[in-house]
Amino acid sequence: MKHLLSTENLSLANAIRILDTAEEMAAVGDREVKKLPALRGRTVVNLFFEDSTRTRISFEAAAKRLSADVINFAARGSSVSKGESLKDTAQTLSAMGADAVVIRHWASGAPHRLAATDWIDAAVINAGDGTHEHPTQALLDAFTMRRHWARLAGTGSEGADLKGMRVAIAGDVLHSRVARSNVWLLRTLGAEVTLVAPPTLLPIGVEKWPCKISYNMDETLEQGVDAVMMLRVQGERMNASFFPSTREYSRRWGFDDNRLKALDTLGMKDTIIMHPGPMNRGLEISAAAADSPRSTVLAQVRNGVSVRMAALYLLLSGDTREPAATPALAYAGTHSTKESN
Amino acid sequence: MAANTGTYLIRGASILGGEPADLLIRDGVIAETGTGLSAEDRAEDVTVIDASGLVALPGMVDVHTHLREPGREDAETVETGTRAAALGGYTAVHAMANSTPVADTAGVVEQVYTLGRTAGWVDVRPVGAVTVGLAGEQLAELGAMADSRARVRMFSDDGICVHDPVLMRRALEYVKAFDGVVAQHAQEPRLTAGAQMNEGEVSAVLGLAGWPAVAEESIIARDVLLAQHVGSRLHVCHVSTAGSVEIIRWAKERGINVTAEVTPHHLLLTDDLVRSYDPVFKVNPPLRTDADVQALRAGLADGTIDVVGTDHAPHPSEHKECEWAQAAMGMTGLETALSVVQHTMIETGLMTWADFARVTSTAAAKIGRLADQGRPLEAGEPANVILVDPAARWTVDPFRMATMGRNSPFKGRELPGKVVATFFKGHPTVLDGELNTPYPYADSTAGVA
Amino acid sequence: MTSVTSAPVPARVVLSQADIDRALTRIAHEILEANKGSQDLVLLGIPRRGYPLALRLAEKIAAADSTVDAAAIVGQLDVTMFRDDLSHQGTRPPYPTKLPRTGIDNKVVVLIDDVLYSGRTIRAALDALIDLGRPRIVRLAVLIDRGHRELPIRADHVGKNLPTSSAEKVRVRLAETDTAPGGSPVNEVVIEGRS
Ligand SMILES: [Zn+2]
Repeated sequence: MKHLLSTENLSLANAIRILDTAEEMAAVGDREVKKLPALRGRTVVNLFFEDSTRTRISFEAAAKRLSADVINFAARGSSVSKGESLKDTAQTLSAMGADAVVIRHWASGAPHRLAATDWIDAAVINAGDGTHEHPTQALLDAFTMRRHWARLAGTGSEGADLKGMRVAIAGDVLHSRVARSNVWLLRTLGAEVTLVAPPTLLPIGVEKWPCKISYNMDETLEQGVDAVMMLRVQGERMNASFFPSTREYSRRWGFDDNRLKALDTLGMKDTIIMHPGPMNRGLEISAAAADSPRSTVLAQVRNGVSVRMAALYLLLSGDTREPAATPALAYAGTHSTKESN
Repeated sequence: MAANTGTYLIRGASILGGEPADLLIRDGVIAETGTGLSAEDRAEDVTVIDASGLVALPGMVDVHTHLREPGREDAETVETGTRAAALGGYTAVHAMANSTPVADTAGVVEQVYTLGRTAGWVDVRPVGAVTVGLAGEQLAELGAMADSRARVRMFSDDGICVHDPVLMRRALEYVKAFDGVVAQHAQEPRLTAGAQMNEGEVSAVLGLAGWPAVAEESIIARDVLLAQHVGSRLHVCHVSTAGSVEIIRWAKERGINVTAEVTPHHLLLTDDLVRSYDPVFKVNPPLRTDADVQALRAGLADGTIDVVGTDHAPHPSEHKECEWAQAAMGMTGLETALSVVQHTMIETGLMTWADFARVTSTAAAKIGRLADQGRPLEAGEPANVILVDPAARWTVDPFRMATMGRNSPFKGRELPGKVVATFFKGHPTVLDGELNTPYPYADSTAGVA
Repeated sequence: MTSVTSAPVPARVVLSQADIDRALTRIAHEILEANKGSQDLVLLGIPRRGYPLALRLAEKIAAADSTVDAAAIVGQLDVTMFRDDLSHQGTRPPYPTKLPRTGIDNKVVVLIDDVLYSGRTIRAALDALIDLGRPRIVRLAVLIDRGHRELPIRADHVGKNLPTSSAEKVRVRLAETDTAPGGSPVNEVVIEGRS
């Protein structure tokens, strides 16, 4: 694993490896000294072509806890105003000796371009690209779900997958990189995913995805779910006729107080409610749902730092001068040559 | 009149892929054909070309070329673009109107026409814009362009669809006055706002805004009905979907006067390539699915689609070395068209070399109303002839091309077929697979007149 | 990295199962002796093989001192993140760090590892330990000391001193973590390669 660009091609072994490593990182967060020296002397650049304070500070905290040097680079260059080119920016960062680039970009595929070209020789982590993917968000979601699922099973999370867990992802799937990354990762981890959305907010071709599709939130809940993930919906979609009004949207597709009560009446006492944030309270999620004990919103934020530490650690701590060995070999090799330390 | 271009005896070329024969080229025409023609006993010096194993075809005619001049000489010039054309086996190209300034006046089309003659590599036929500035609001002076020295017969706002149905109707009607044709870039603008790639399975995964097939098909359906209604001639540029093929087939069955073109890249490449996010695969219309590719091949083979047009669209590297969404749309094509068509149509058994001559030359010349192009390889005909080695195999390297554009989507692919010689008006612009010299127009120094 | 060799490597057994057991029994008694009893003792095993060794030592200490609950004094200390050679090796996923319920503040912590070589693992362990708390005393027990130290570090308790050349490999195989080439669990220490 040289880059983390998407969850679509993330193997089960690598996914579990990241989640397990994140568990160790989370343990560090509980200690008095929250810093590890693992990435001392390494430079991580947060290259943000799109504002996202939440994601940036999460990566920044993760890198700093691993003792890496962090450079924040808010690049101008929107879809409208052509600013500095990606190529020039990448070459600049390369010249500065960046070991990893955490890139957030409004254009789908921009991280793939960085990784595929010879503009820069750093590890590339996709921190959200256009309407494509947001792999660390999906990993932190899976991390949160795995802890919940393991707790219900009365086992530890380490090494565990999500087999049998029923997850509903509801909202603007069409424009959601979070939904895409979650669909692929949850499939890999063995969960059963149902996408719940108005047909206008599902992409053409979604029928080929490894999940079920529903246009009806209440039916989906009645069939039983272990986690409901609400996606942020932008009010301006209304103006593009994706749905008639925010009121109708929230009534048909939102997680409102009635649906929160329905979980109790349906006997789903362990079902959690997730949201990648930031939330539109009253639109896709009611305040009561967001603040209920079922809500994992804050746990997700906390877990985000652990997962990003794991990603940075796994991509950066190894010898980057050589082609990476296969994970299994590297793993075995690490501990069978103890005498050579 | 024809300049002194020498005498060439082509020996043993397979004529349109059929029986071997000899062709004697003299004074810009095919002077003699037959077998066992002799170079001896002739008054002039005769250059003999051993063409055994080579196929002789009429010089190719491209109905859709972007030469970028005037305005974007950093992307291509008439000189570099027509060198590429000659190397690719072309003896005529239609230069699209989206230059800067737009080719929407007699002055601009005459400028392009003159640049073509100054270069001398192929016949450059300017395409006139349908609307002023390609703005889709007001008809350009189509008649003036038709009457100019450039004798424009094809009009197109290519790159932009003439989507206003009234304007399209008027254009179709108006060009009847001088036997013109409107070449439509079929793309419903509202359905494709912000579109980045074919809408389907792949766009869903990549999170790139979809470009639905229906955006093309709905315009074609409307246009063929308009053409029927006003009794005019319509040409559909770069057809890219199976549905479009069906609509055109239906229109032709009804006797509607419509012709259609397909690009080489749409005959071979699919939207699966976009998974790389490499903008070299970004093009308008977008690469579609394998089902579309197969339907396009079938349509070209059965005559529903009349011609292959390259839509050669060179771009400077900075327009492709960027994010997908920022990248320009378009691919080069002049130097790979023959090979791609051989690969997709001939080597698959869908077409013969005679069919190839039809779709790359004869039918194209007819659409553009070019009297001396796309002619049979017979005595007395203009000597626009190419020799092709169908057994050659080569690997595409954009950096070894004559075009300034490095944006070939076929980069690194091994393709069959190589142009060995191109005769333009009896003069070899390409010999031994290399550029030779341009056609020496007698008036070329006076080209600025 | 793992050395995957095709030719058979000459290997000789230097500690048998019985030898290992005897060595651990002796170390257990030494630890009790040095500590003047089991008061405040915490055994922290360094993954991977230090941890099972710590468990075995704790059992032996509990056998010698009935006031000791073996499970309550053993923990695992992962040092991966504190290594100074991270950027020269393949990526090493960390192991969990597990401390006994009593914590390590003011405790007598005995670090347990299988082989002491350059001393760099122990250096990392000391750093890791300091981030977790403040032990009163830190001692070191190893099954094998093979020499070639690169840092001023020595073990307090050694199962066997084993002079080696650096070309040789010392392999500790424990039933908890390893299997023999045939697949059956083993308890032995072998030296591979010629001296
Ligand atoms: Zn076009």
